[in-house]
Formats: sequence, C-alpha cells, structure tokens
Amino acid sequence: MNLLNLSFRYKTPLWGSILIVAATLAISASLMNQAYDDLKSDLLNSSANLSRTLAKTLFPTMMHEEVWRAFEIIRAPLHNGPDGSMVQPEMIFALDNRQRVFVSGQPKSLPLSADIRQFGEEYARLADRIVASPEPDAAIIEFSGSRHIYVAVPVSEEGARLGTLVIVHSKDVFLARFKSVASRGAVIGLLVLTVLLPINWYWGQRIAVPLVQLARNIGSVAHGVPPELPLENYAYRDELGQLFEAYGLMVKTLQEKVLLEQGMIRSERLAAVGRLSAGIAHEINNPLGGMLIALDNFKRRGGHDERTLKTVDMIERGLSQIRDTVSAMLVEAKVKSREFTPQDVEDVDTLLSGEAYKRAVIIRITSDLAKPVALPTTLVRQILMNLLLNALQASEPSGTVYCSISHNAGKLVIETKNGGHAISEDVMSHLFEPFASGEKDGPGLGLWVTYQIVAQLGGQIAAESREGVTRFYVALPAGEIS
Amino acid sequence: MKLFIVILLVVAAILANPALAAAEPAPLRVGLTETVSDQYQLTEEWRRYMEHKLKRRVEFIRRDSYIEVMDMLRLKKLDFAWICDYPFVYFRSQVRLLAVPLYHGRPYYRAYLIVPATDLRTTSIAQLRNTVFAYTDPYSNTGYLTPRYQLYRMGEKPAQFFRQTFFTWSHRKTVEAVAIGLADGAAVSSHVWDTLAIVKPELTAATRIVSRSPEYGFSPIVAQPSVRDEDFRNMQKLLLEMVTDAEGKALLRGLNIDGFIAGSPHLYDEVARMMKAVGEK
Repeated sequence: MNLLNLSFRYKTPLWGSILIVAATLAISASLMNQAYDDLKSDLLNSSANLSRTLAKTLFPTMMHEEVWRAFEIIRAPLHNGPDGSMVQPEMIFALDNRQRVFVSGQPKSLPLSADIRQFGEEYARLADRIVASPEPDAAIIEFSGSRHIYVAVPVSEEGARLGTLVIVHSKDVFLARFKSVASRGAVIGLLVLTVLLPINWYWGQRIAVPLVQLARNIGSVAHGVPPELPLENYAYRDELGQLFEAYGLMVKTLQEKVLLEQGMIRSERLAAVGRLSAGIAHEINNPLGGMLIALDNFKRRGGHDERTLKTVDMIERGLSQIRDTVSAMLVEAKVKSREFTPQDVEDVDTLLSGEAYKRAVIIRITSDLAKPVALPTTLVRQILMNLLLNALQASEPSGTVYCSISHNAGKLVIETKNGGHAISEDVMSHLFEPFASGEKDGPGLGLWVTYQIVAQLGGQIAAESREGVTRFYVALPAGEIS
Repeated sequence: MKLFIVILLVVAAILANPALAAAEPAPLRVGLTETVSDQYQLTEEWRRYMEHKLKRRVEFIRRDSYIEVMDMLRLKKLDFAWICDYPFVYFRSQVRLLAVPLYHGRPYYRAYLIVPATDLRTTSIAQLRNTVFAYTDPYSNTGYLTPRYQLYRMGEKPAQFFRQTFFTWSHRKTVEAVAIGLADGAAVSSHVWDTLAIVKPELTAATRIVSRSPEYGFSPIVAQPSVRDEDFRNMQKLLLEMVTDAEGKALLRGLNIDGFIAGSPHLYDEVARMMKAVGEK
C-alpha cells in the first residue's frame, strides 16, 4: 500500500504526527548534544582549574618530598562535595619526572614510588603521552574506548618541572549526570508530544473528515444527484468552507435540474397521453353518436319483436357506457359555465356528506372565498369532488379529511390533506396518468381528469405522501369578478 | 604649675605603659605538639582550667613538630612544653622535667609497629624491607627512634632498609597513612593508637599491630630552666592535683591519661641508650 494514496483522514494527522515527532526528536537531540558538551566542558574546565591550583600547592611538597602533606593536598578534593558530584574526581595522583607515583589518592591501587606504567595499559599510554608532549598547561587526555578522562598538569614553578599531577574523572559519573539531564529532557519531550499529537490528530480530522465527505459525495455525482451535506460539518469561511458552500449550491442546482427534467418528462408524457386520448375519444365519439341515433330511429319505427328490442337495448346500453367513458376522458375546458362562487363550496360539502357518512370520515373544508372567482364552476367543482373523493377513499374510518380553499394574489389555491393509505412511490411517479391507481376503486380516471382540467386552466397540481399524510395542492390562475 | 605638669606627664606615661600600669604578671606560655593538640576544644578547656587554678593568664602555643617546640623553649619563648621523651633526652641539659603523665596507672608507654589490616603476613619489622614506611617526627621516640633502633639491632641500615619513608608530623596521621595504604608500615605511640581505638575505631581497625616495643617513659611535660621556681611549683602542683577535682578528672579522661607524677629523668635512660646506640648523638 502506498502511503501517499492514504485517505486525508489518516494522511494529514499521520504526516503531522511524523513532523511533530521528528521536530521534537531533532530539538531534543540537539539540546541533549548541547547539554552533553556543556556538561563536559564544565567538568573539564573546573577540573583544569582544580588541577592548576593543586599543582601549585603541590610544588613545595614535591620539592621537599613531603609525601604526607602532598597526600593531604590531593585528598581534600576527593572528599569534597556530595556523592555523585560531577566534578568529584575518581582519583588524583602525582607522578615524578620518571613517571613514578609520588603520591596518590588511592595508595592501595597506586602505591608510592611505583612506575605508573605497570598499572595497566591505559596508565602506560597516559605516561607515554605525558613524556611525548609535556604540555605547559593543563591537558585533557582522553583515550577512545576508555571509561576515564584524564586532566594532566605539570607541577612546575618558573620552568622547573618536578612532575605531573593527574586528575582522573570517571565517565560513569558524568554519564549518569548526563542521563539524568537527558531523561528529564525526554520526559519534557514526551509531555510535548502528548499535548501536540492529540491536537494535531484532532486538527487533521477536523480538516480531513469534511474533505473526505465532500470527495465521496462529489464522486457520486456521476451516479445521480449527490446527497446534501449539512453546512455545520464545516462552519468556517476558509477555502474549505467556500468549497462546502459551492458544493451545496451545486447539489441544489442539480436537484432542481432533476426535478425540472422529471416534471417536464411527466407533463410531456401526460400531454401526449392527453392528445392521444382526446383524439381517440373524438374518433370514437363521432361514429358512436351516429350508432346511437340509428338505434333510436330503429326503435321508434316499431313493429319489432320482443327479442329484437331486448338485443337493441343491450347494444344501446353498451354504447352508452362507451360514450360515458370516452366523454370522461375528453376533458373540455372551454365549456361555457358560470363562475365559481362560495356557494359552490357548500354544495360540494353537501354532495360529499353522504359518502363521508358511509365511510365514517369527517370532512373539514375551510374557505376564505367571499366573492365569486373568475373560473368555470363546473371544472373547479369537478377538481374539488375528485380530490375529496380520493381523500375519502384513502382515509381510515373515523379519520379526517381537510380541505382549504383560498383566493389570493390572482390565484385560487386548493389544498387537501388526509391520513390513511399512503401513496406508494411507484404509484406517485405515474399518479396523474389514466388508470394509474391499479383499478381498485373505479376506472382510475379521477386524477387524470383533474390533471387535464388543471393543465387546461393553466394551473399547477402537485401531490406528496409522507409520514402517513397525503397532500394535494392545486393552484389556478383566477382573477376576481369585478 | 610646672610641678603639676610634670606630675601629669608621669601619670600619663604610667597609664600608657601597661607593664607598669598593671601589676598582672606576664602570661605563662605552654607549648603543645600533636600529642593532644588535635583536640582543640579539650586543650582550650585545659587552658581555662589552668588560668582558673593559677589565677593567671595561660597561653597555649601549638606547633606541628617537636623541633619547633624545642627551638621555642631554647629561645625562651615558652615556659613549659609537652614534648616527646626523645627530645627530652636529646636536649636533656636544656630543659627541666616538670611532670610525667600516668597511663594505665604507670608513667610508661610503648611503640606499636603497625601495618594495614589487609596485610596479614607481616610479623616483624624485618619483613618490611623495601616497603614504604611512615615516620612521625624525627624527634619522636616511638614514631622514629624505636623502629630505627630495632633495625639497627638487626644489623640493618635504616636509611637504606625501606624503599621510601616520609614524615607525617603526627602519630594520628601516621595511623591514617597506614590505614589508607599510603605507607606499608609505621611505628606509633601506644597512647595515641589506643586513644584512637576509642574515639575513631574505624581508623585503627584498618591497621594491625604487628609488635609492641618495650616500655618507655611517657612523653613528659618540661619547663624552660629559667622559669621561676614559684611558677614551676605552681604548675607542677596543678598537674599533680588534677586527679583531685572533677573538672581535672574530666580533662584527664579526655586526654586519655590517669594523672601526673613529678617523675624522674631516669625513666628515660632506655631512650638515651637507644639514642647512643643508633648514633644519633
């Protein structure tokens, strides 16, 4: 797996964490390095100072071979200060010019007048170094791999050199001190990390999570309208915030476009169906009228036997049914009719009361109409009847059907609301097509006719069925009668 | 008027000169070496005790080496001094024996030959050939003369017998030098070693006594010969009577001795014999 292909969700905090850890480590390392150097130079400086002082004091004792006095001089710094003090030397000794021990702080390991070279390779190298390069001042001598640092200073006065004073420091004490400094540094580093890493993680998530959502949703554009993203996901006005806003705008536009397309397709389909059915209805109506007139003439002529008349009646009834059905499909908006009045609302209420009573459903109609409205009353009443009958049929017993009628700003608005059976999504997409209801109650032409009427009156009709409530909304352009 | 001025001048001159103005006698000057001078507080109490008893100022003058004290005695810069038996014999004619301490009830002490406690092998000074040996003071009997006399008796030349020798100028430091291993051997006063064994047992525990010398007269307190008899008697009386009062007893306990006797110079005949034998004089 390529780290660079990781989600921002992990990549941002991860890279941030790596940078923080790297920075902390780098700073800690440089500080520790500095601390190490400081400690070492402090140690060596103070040791060099000590060695110079001791060497000066030691000169007369060496000159007079006062071993005990010399011992008392070099013993003092060995027993000064608390244990583990960094500048506390591990050992001090003085050598004469032949590198024999004149005095030593630990006479048991370095006895008097013994040649220093015989006490190990490191001492031998030290002696060779002192012989090879007799420094005029304190010299720091360190051998690779050695556990000790040596500070060697000549015991001399006015150019006369009696020997060399050597102060031995253990790196262990020094390293222990350094370790304590280092561990303190490490603890602080860890504290910094424990504070910074969660902040970084939180910050990274804060940026990445909305970005990831955005990316995922934009990716789904190809498969349809992506879902809206709640703006509170990212409430800042930076570039990401602007991206969110742009996304929201895009989704809204896309949704509108889709709705528009759907609406157009539906209305075109309905218009086509309307034209087709109207055409068929006309084509059927004309011969049908002729046939019915012919049958009427035939009956009037008389002299037919019982059987013939029965047959003719049957044909006449069948043709009448065809005419009724066809005329139902043939919506004629241009029929001459009086205007819609408040009285019509009451009429509709009265007409429906029987059906409502049968189904034990209550109808509540509210209307703000005070004057007649310039719309053909037949058609408006048909719309009201169709919508309310549908609502009654869908309602559960003891349910309520609401209807509000209002006339405002040149528009007559009819809204119905009922509970009971919801309209399935499947049916909803073909709601206003003829025979869409599945033919359970009636031929299923009610909404189709309603749609045709509304369309011919230049109005709009919409339906929604959500959470057990079904609403219809009809708006018709209508002026008042002056 | 003239006479008055003369009298005034005389009075002023008398007041200005403390020797004439105060009838108080000059303080008694007592010289001390290491023997006990490491215990400053104790000797200070001893000095105040002397002042109190003698009703007179007493000064303690502390020096590192016996020879310095001896020089001061001879130069009459001291009235009394607590010295070692060896310089007493060495400068016999120039000092007057005042008192000898009693140690374990008797006016004697010895020299201990000591080695580091880690040295379990050595049983005699003869085995210390070619080692580092610590001397206390060239005018110390137990810390210098005794080991040299022993070597002399063995037919050795002390100057060549050891690989290296050095002086510590104090018995106590000699014990330290052996304890820490700076010296492979040393001879010290039995009194100092025994006292250290009480007050600093960890120090003596790091050493081991190889052999004990015969008894020698204990380091004496001497007077400068020209000290007035009255002062000599008073000081001697004071020392001898220290055992009779509580304060004196406490001081003696601190010094780890039992008291003082007037003593006899014959106590030191053995030292004189050793000195002659080694040829130091």
